[in-house]
Amino acid sequence: MKRFFKIWMLLGACLFLAACSGDGTWGWYVIDPSTAQGQTNIRFLVGGFWATIQLSLIATALSMTIGLLVALPGMSSNRWIRLPSRVYIEFVRAIPLLPMLFWVFYGLPVVMRSLGFPITIDAFWGAIITLAISDSAFTAEIYRSGIQSIPKGQTEAARTVGLTYSQTMRYVVLPQAIRRILPPLANQFIYIVKMSAFASVIGMQELTRRANELVVTEYRPLEIYSLLILEYLVLVLIISFFVRWLERKMGADESR
Amino acid sequence: MNADRVIEIRSLNKSFGDFQVLTNVDLNVSLGERIVICGPSGSGKSTLIRCVNGLEQYDSGGITVDGISLSAPGGVDRVRAEVGMVFQQFNLFPHLTVIENLTLGPMKARGLSRKDADALAMEYLERVKIPEQAQKRPRDLSGGQQQRVAIARSLCMAPKIMLFDEPTSALDPEMISEVLDVMVELARDGMTMLVVTHEMGFARKVADRMVFMDGGEIVETGTPAEVFEAPKTQRFKSFLDKILQH
Repeated sequence: MKRFFKIWMLLGACLFLAACSGDGTWGWYVIDPSTAQGQTNIRFLVGGFWATIQLSLIATALSMTIGLLVALPGMSSNRWIRLPSRVYIEFVRAIPLLPMLFWVFYGLPVVMRSLGFPITIDAFWGAIITLAISDSAFTAEIYRSGIQSIPKGQTEAARTVGLTYSQTMRYVVLPQAIRRILPPLANQFIYIVKMSAFASVIGMQELTRRANELVVTEYRPLEIYSLLILEYLVLVLIISFFVRWLERKMGADESR
Repeated sequence: MNADRVIEIRSLNKSFGDFQVLTNVDLNVSLGERIVICGPSGSGKSTLIRCVNGLEQYDSGGITVDGISLSAPGGVDRVRAEVGMVFQQFNLFPHLTVIENLTLGPMKARGLSRKDADALAMEYLERVKIPEQAQKRPRDLSGGQQQRVAIARSLCMAPKIMLFDEPTSALDPEMISEVLDVMVELARDGMTMLVVTHEMGFARKVADRMVFMDGGEIVETGTPAEVFEAPKTQRFKSFLDKILQH
């Protein structure tokens, strides 16, 4: 029964919203699938899915890569190697997403130009860079806790049979740590999906931007934003279903 | 310098913060020599042998293994290629099968092909008498079997010297002898061994020299015959009384 709880909630919400549509002061017609206008509007709104998914996937992949590159030196026994990693994590974690997004989108091209690398950053890549950097501080911490949960004896044994540091990581530590790292990383993916809504403010045509644009022409914020929330809900529920499956699979593997 | 001296430890000092773990430790080991190190817990015996292959760093003094100084550039890696180690907790790789545990080092560090590495691994699994367990995971083996796998894993790297850090302390009593038997055989084949253990029967049987440590110092050394008959120091005597009374 419990596993269907979310689905019941969703169904209830739909019924509630549908019931409201009879009321004259509500304007569900803007997204009424039985009218041509409603269909056009829905198609426009749902058309943002692909951009949101693309944005989230690429940003997550980048964040996982940067996170690992930050986490590894962060576990060094040498404090001078450890320091840059700690500074990066503390620094990035402290910056709110929206200001960072503005800085990357409007500021970074100026910095790069003055350094002699004239680049243009469009909304898509501006959002990806910001999401990836902002999230990498958290993925770095996930990697660190996962790797540190592997007993020190594993590293010692690997080193005594002649493996180098990177071989030890690749063949001994990471394959064991990945079981503890993957589920929280997948959760981080959900977080990125939600945060990708911020990309709308620099003009990225994803779910939220499209909803905003439609609101401006239709003047129906309640109905359109309700659908928007529903869109995220569906997306996140699908991902969290996948995360749950992953956790079960990893857990089953562990106890084997 | 003596030509067949393979380990030279000179006035080694080490502390963890304020706690002095090793104080002016000197120890020379000849090729083929079997040394048993014993002493109460916290005496620094494990730390000492972990210093030999660079798992612990020391504060002052020096260690030379087979002519290679640990403090030389790249010295630790070159020394580790000559020195095998067996741990109290086995430290097998749980995500790999037994045979993969054995072949990882030869394949990645020595560049052997899978076929050659498998052949090598099976040879050593035969030697520790568990070839039939090759495809199992470590967790499906008994403690004694796991420790024998760990010994075989070290031997696959063809070390000149083997370090044993309380290899039987984590084992159930009925499994201790199967591990000690493998170690006795290894000693008979002429392996240079540094063994930290409280197994005095093993010490009597294979040790060329006993080293007794207490409080981070080497208090007494001697052949098993000498020390078991008449320990020179009161500290060693009372230690032996304690562990031999059962």
